[in-house]
Amino acid sequence: MSAETHGHGPNHGQGHDHAHHDAHDHHGGAAHGSRREYWIGFILSVLLTAPAFALVMTGIIPDPRVTAGIVIALALVQIVVHMIYFLHMNTKSENGWTMLALIFTAIIVLIVIAGSLWVMYHMNLNMMPGMQMEQSSGGM
Amino acid sequence: MSTTAQTAPGTAAPSYYDLDEHEHPPGASTMLGFWLYLMSDCLIFAMLFAAYGVYGGSFAGGPGPKELFELPLVAVNTTMLLLSSITYGFAMLNADEKNKAATLRWLGVTGVFGAAFLAIELYEFSNLIHEGAGPWRSAFLSSFFTLVGTHGLHVTFGIIWLVTLMVQVARRGLEPANLRRLQCLSLFWHFLDVVWIGVFTFVYLLGVLR
Repeated sequence: MSAETHGHGPNHGQGHDHAHHDAHDHHGGAAHGSRREYWIGFILSVLLTAPAFALVMTGIIPDPRVTAGIVIALALVQIVVHMIYFLHMNTKSENGWTMLALIFTAIIVLIVIAGSLWVMYHMNLNMMPGMQMEQSSGGM
Repeated sequence: MSTTAQTAPGTAAPSYYDLDEHEHPPGASTMLGFWLYLMSDCLIFAMLFAAYGVYGGSFAGGPGPKELFELPLVAVNTTMLLLSSITYGFAMLNADEKNKAATLRWLGVTGVFGAAFLAIELYEFSNLIHEGAGPWRSAFLSSFFTLVGTHGLHVTFGIIWLVTLMVQVARRGLEPANLRRLQCLSLFWHFLDVVWIGVFTFVYLLGVLR
């Protein structure tokens, strides 16, 4: 089995054919980007970052919850943009193992963050100062 | 491929064995391995984000994000990191085209943007500490300094790695091993930018909103 058939990304051979063979035999199958891809990623990032800062700095939307929702949505889209255009994620590189590792990590990250917030929020709620006072006064 | 079919006496179905290991060119598994490292690094940041999420509102009577964070500074910082991401991309494209001089030039530009990012962050940290809002002030500030500081530490090591690779490329050229190293750093650098999206959104922007 040669390295060439070993799960290369679909972006190969775009614009750098002459460097193709010596460069690609040795890095087991990570995908490359093209100049166009980097520019698309950069412009999309600017278009996603600038509105987020503008919304918060000007406070143009009176309800902060709506602003927060939009800002979080912009960030999530930007993370996907970076993954595709800068980190060149796809389902083909390394025979899909990078994508599998990413999905697994994303699930763990979600469990850790959402779980921590959930558990600690309820713990705080159940250990309100008022409640402790009630208990201590009741005990005395 | 050296798969050997052996038919054991008395059984009809042949069983297959892989007697020899496949041929692996040097560094064939490096990119996957490095990706797995990045994913584990992602988990470190997940813990720190979770800690910040839990403690982000515990000010202990001290200053909150609204009084402390200067969004224009953060915007400049974000710009620095984003610019360094695309210049690293240009370095990689030139490395693929075997253009050593241009690769080194773009790596240098990337390093300058990275250093500018770090300088602005250290300036911000020193301002906070001078205002009496150091990591010891409240749980909010402890978790803030830990999260943002860990990211800054990653950028610091990224810059050290970048300079090391510039020396390597300058001395030994764009040989396969150096290309592989450049690709690893590329993943690392862009990954730090992804983490920064989380930092400026969840720490700075949402902090000022709350």
